[in-house]
Amino acid sequence: MRTLSVTHIQEQVTRLLVQAAYQLPQDYLDALARAQDREASPLGQSIIQLLQENAAFAQQERVPTCQDTGMAILYLDVGQEVHFTGGELGPALEAAVREAYADLRKSVVKDPLERENTGDNTPPIVHFRLVPGDRVRIRALMKGFGGEMMSRLAMLTPAHGREGIRRFVLETVERAGPNACPPVIVGVGLGSSFDGVASLAKQALLRPLGQANPAPHLAQLEAELLEAVNALGIGPQGLGGTVTALAVHVESAPTHIAALPVAVNLNCSAPRRAELTL
Amino acid sequence: MHHRLTTPLTDEALAPLRAGDPVLLSGVLYGARDAAHARLVEAIRRGEPLPIPLAGQVIYYVGPAPAKPGWPIGPAGPTTSGRMDPYTLPLLEQGVKGFIGKGSRSPEVRQALVTHRAVYLAAVGGAAALLARQIRESRVVAYPELGPEAIRQLTVVDFPLIVVNDIHGGDAYQEGRRRYAR
Repeated sequence: MRTLSVTHIQEQVTRLLVQAAYQLPQDYLDALARAQDREASPLGQSIIQLLQENAAFAQQERVPTCQDTGMAILYLDVGQEVHFTGGELGPALEAAVREAYADLRKSVVKDPLERENTGDNTPPIVHFRLVPGDRVRIRALMKGFGGEMMSRLAMLTPAHGREGIRRFVLETVERAGPNACPPVIVGVGLGSSFDGVASLAKQALLRPLGQANPAPHLAQLEAELLEAVNALGIGPQGLGGTVTALAVHVESAPTHIAALPVAVNLNCSAPRRAELTL
Repeated sequence: MHHRLTTPLTDEALAPLRAGDPVLLSGVLYGARDAAHARLVEAIRRGEPLPIPLAGQVIYYVGPAPAKPGWPIGPAGPTTSGRMDPYTLPLLEQGVKGFIGKGSRSPEVRQALVTHRAVYLAAVGGAAALLARQIRESRVVAYPELGPEAIRQLTVVDFPLIVVNDIHGGDAYQEGRRRYAR
C-alpha cells in the first residue's frame, strides 16, 4: 500500500494543465515540421509556418496557443495499491481545473439549455481506470470544440467491413472541412459499444504522433486512412493542400457479434495534451 | 502580395479582393460570437437601438482568452463561423461589410455576401497568440454579463487574413480543395 495525498495530486494536475495550455507537445511540433516538407500548396506552407511561429511565441510568452482551451478531460490510471489521503480526489481534481483555468478562457456552461457559464471551466470530464501497481498515471487533454463539433459516430454492421470504416472516416473529415482547424489529428475508435467506441476515439488522440498502433493490421489501416484523408485536398485551414491530417490513430476493442461501431474524434492543429505519473 | 485594408470598409476597397488573397487589415473590429449575435439580432428585430455601429463595419467571431498582464487582450483566434450563419443576413442588411472567422459558410450566407457586397475572411485557427499581438486595444462595449462572449471593440494593426468569400462569388475553400484533391 502506498499513500498519495490528494493535495499533491491537485498541485501536479494544475501544473500539468497550465503547461499544456502554452506548450504544445514536442512530437506534435516534429510532425508539423515533417508536414511542412510534404505540403505542396504555398499558402498551406505559409499556414504551417504560422502555426510553428505561434507555438514558439506562445511558449516564450507563456500564453495559451489557442484561446479555446476547451474542456479539461482527465484520464487517471490508478494503481490498486494506492491509498488517497487528505481529502476526496474528485473535488481535488475539480479544484485543479479551477486553478489552472484562472488565466484561461472559461468555456463551460452549466446546462446545455440554460447556458449559464460556470465561471471557472469546471467540471472536468474524468475517467478512472483501476490498474495493477502503486502508481497513478494522469493524462490530460484540453479539448477545443472546433474539432469536437465535427466528430461523429456510427453503429455499422459487420458487412460494412473496412470499406465502411474508410467511407465513414473520409466522410467525417470531408464534412469537417476547414471547421476543425486542419491539419487535424484523426482519432478513430473501432468496436466496443455505443459509449465505448466514442471513448476509444478520444483515447486515440492521447497517443503521441509518430507512433503507429502496435497491431500490424491496425497500423496498416492507419496508414491507408491517412493517405486517403490527405488525398481529399482540404489542406491546412481548409484552403487546399496535401496535408489535411498529421496522423490517423486507430484504437480498437472487442465488440458484439452484431456490430462494427466506429467513432471519429477530430483534434485541431493545436493538441493540448500532457501526462505525468505519480 | 497582401492587400492592405482599413476599416470601415467600402465597396471600392473590396472590389479588388479575390478568394485566396492574403489581406492585412487595420482599424476597428467588433468581436462577437454566439450569445452576442443572438442578442444583437433580437435587438434588430425589435427595432431597438444597437450597442455598436454596423454600417461598413467588420465583425470578428472571437471569444478571447483573458489578457496577460500588460497585454490588451489574451490569445484571440477565430471560432467556427458556421454557427453564426443564422444571424448573418440581418447584419448584412444593416450594412456590415466583413466577417472574420474560420470554416465554411452556408450557401445562403455565400449568396447574401455577393448580394450585399461584403466579404468573409479567414483568420488562422490555432494562431491565437500571434493574432493577439496584432490587437492593440480591446474593450468590452456591450453585453459584459456574457463574459467571454461579450462584444469587444478591437483596434488591430496589420491583422493577417485570407479572403474566403469575395464579392464576386469566389470561395477559397472550394477552389483550394479542387486544386489539390487527388
